[in-house]
Amino acid sequence: MNNILNVSPSPHQQSPETTRRLMYGVVIALAPALAASIWYFGEGAIIVTLTSVLACVAVEYLVQKYILKTKPSLTDGSAVVTGLLLAFNVPSNLPVHIIVIGAIVSIGVAKMTFGGLGSNPFNPALVGRVFLLISFPVQMTSWPVPSGFQTGYLDAVTGATPLGIMTEGVKAGETVTALMEKIPTHMQLFYGYMGGSMGEVAALALIIGGVYMIWRKIITWHIPISILLTVAIFTGILWLADPTKFADPGFHLLTGGIMLGAIFMATDYVTSPMTHKGMIIYGIGIGVITVLIRNWGAYPEGVSFAILIMNAFVPLLNMYIKPPRFGKEVKHG
Amino acid sequence: MFKTFPKGGIHPPENKLTADKPIVVLPVPPQVTVPVSQHIGAPATPMVEKGAAVKAGQLIAQAKGFVSANIHSPVSGKVSKVDTVVDTTGYKQTAVVIDVEGDEWVETIDRSPSLVRDITMTREQIIERCQQCGLVGLGGATFPTHIKMTVPAGKKCDMVIINGVECEPYLTSDHRLMLEKGAAVLTGAAIIMQALGVETGVVGSEANKPDAISHLTELARDFKGITIQPLKVKYPQGGEKQLIKACTGREVPSGGLPVDVGVVVQNVGTAFAVYEAVQKNKPLMERVVTVTGIEVKNPGNFQVRIGTPLTALIEAAGGMPDDTGKVINGGPMMGKALAMTDVPVTKGSSGIILFPSALSRRAEVLPCIRCGKCTAACAMGLEPWLISVLSEKAMWEKAEQERITDCMECGACAYTCPSKLPLLDYIRLGKSTVIRMARERITK
Repeated sequence: MNNILNVSPSPHQQSPETTRRLMYGVVIALAPALAASIWYFGEGAIIVTLTSVLACVAVEYLVQKYILKTKPSLTDGSAVVTGLLLAFNVPSNLPVHIIVIGAIVSIGVAKMTFGGLGSNPFNPALVGRVFLLISFPVQMTSWPVPSGFQTGYLDAVTGATPLGIMTEGVKAGETVTALMEKIPTHMQLFYGYMGGSMGEVAALALIIGGVYMIWRKIITWHIPISILLTVAIFTGILWLADPTKFADPGFHLLTGGIMLGAIFMATDYVTSPMTHKGMIIYGIGIGVITVLIRNWGAYPEGVSFAILIMNAFVPLLNMYIKPPRFGKEVKHG
Repeated sequence: MFKTFPKGGIHPPENKLTADKPIVVLPVPPQVTVPVSQHIGAPATPMVEKGAAVKAGQLIAQAKGFVSANIHSPVSGKVSKVDTVVDTTGYKQTAVVIDVEGDEWVETIDRSPSLVRDITMTREQIIERCQQCGLVGLGGATFPTHIKMTVPAGKKCDMVIINGVECEPYLTSDHRLMLEKGAAVLTGAAIIMQALGVETGVVGSEANKPDAISHLTELARDFKGITIQPLKVKYPQGGEKQLIKACTGREVPSGGLPVDVGVVVQNVGTAFAVYEAVQKNKPLMERVVTVTGIEVKNPGNFQVRIGTPLTALIEAAGGMPDDTGKVINGGPMMGKALAMTDVPVTKGSSGIILFPSALSRRAEVLPCIRCGKCTAACAMGLEPWLISVLSEKAMWEKAEQERITDCMECGACAYTCPSKLPLLDYIRLGKSTVIRMARERITK
């Protein structure tokens, strides 16, 4: 009976879900897409992923230890997730030094300067990706073509992405119907048989990861579904209005970074809204901006920019979009 | 489909280890300690002095004012002292300590086990009897029952809800009461309905008690106007406002009371106590307490006299396991951790949970990752992360605008937080400060 009892305010139990478990849940969810990338792009996918993850983890560790002089928090797993997502967002033939620069920008600039985990306003992996896209436009837009497992990753055969073919073709005055002939079928796109960033091509694998995350309650359906539905509806209206100038919604949903963006990038906790209503508005915003950039912008793809632009609105959404309160407010006094 | 409240909620592990353990009557201990404040409101005034002989059921402390409750001797014997003791809240207060001699009850109490169904009293008589017998809400809040039976002027009440939800993990005392004393509980419900002059009564219970639900549904055929409502298993289903919303669809306004939407809610244990007071003339001097925990040898549901030391209860459950790191009075979500077990059972004690030391400490705190899980879990539609930060930064006005006072402190946010932030600690601080500021505004 000599136990010394702990005293603390309620609640006296906590959910087994921890930040670390959530982060490694995301890693598990990314596994099918990673496997697909290795299947399509071979050695390049492995090198890019390892480089990116190691570089992100190392940058976080070094910044915390030598610049912030705080206890390094590597175990929370967030740097691993950022590293994987950065790798997923670049071509599989990107030289190592460029990846390292991307990791420094992602973690060093976009995350740690704001205070580290939980404090960054913009998605770190996307900041890194966009920085690389602007700084190394040639390397960042030479897309290896999937051709089974390959070695010698820098020599990969490259080609345009379906979105690139579409944008260039429409600018050159070709009709969408003719351009579709040059593009893999929708079914091939669904499995990921196309040029593109390392982790964005395999829609099927990404959807499996998304379903897993929703089942594990790591994310809710609100953000991915609102983005995908918005893109489907918006491009659907354009397509019905003029099928010779605009591609069909299936094409838009299966190409480029929309699946990766909707399922993994836009759902980043730190940079997305905290209420379900806010999440839906944020998702609609991303969908609309993506379609606008794809059809009328200078770049063939706009998911990264769309997410970063909507990231900037998240503080506003959190401030003005309140959850439905229980019980009417009564005037007192 | 079972009914439920619309927004938020969590699913903590139920751990109802004692759901199939019948209520065991615990022998009267050699000494009881009866605090004079076991309710919300003013402490009662002691009526006995050292050396006085008392019988079980005899008034030993008189309610002071309207919001207060009488205290009766739970045993017969001699008053050993009237002294200051530490109670389950951890604060010191006055208590009557009685050395037990025999078990002689006040003659007017009907001790026969027979069920008395017919209600012969009028509204006024029922309310007066509940007041005399020192009845308080036994769900944990211990608000004097007679006040809840009096509808404030200008309000209308058309429904009584009996709260048999018991959504706290581990606790099973209400469950056992519904199973073993079902007819008395329903009679108690009928008495409460008569006192409030309403025709409709609903007993709400979570679907994890199918035996109690089917038993009461069977019994309710003989009770006019009473129905049993099974509810989805989701915490905090037993929160008063959540229960009303689930059963009726009515939403109690912010800062309002259930009676604002025409409902009065009483706990199952209270309904049983009302039955005993009104039909058997028995004051509130006993209650059912669940004593449980994963490592407890003989967890169970015990009917004990008020004032029994917790140590005696824990002994009855097989003693305190060596590894015990925390003792909780109440449920694991809203109960209070005790600093010592040498305290008495009071009217509000629904359960004693012994946590092994591995479960008794909080996990390491990491930064908020803004996942929004707390907002999704809040059954009141609040943003726990926000009002917690506002409280931490002493931004009280802003916290008030964000409706911090709506928080019922159910703990769902702190439970669900993956970063293990002490959300509710800060919210409590903010809530109490905002309430104090609001009071000062009114008095100015």
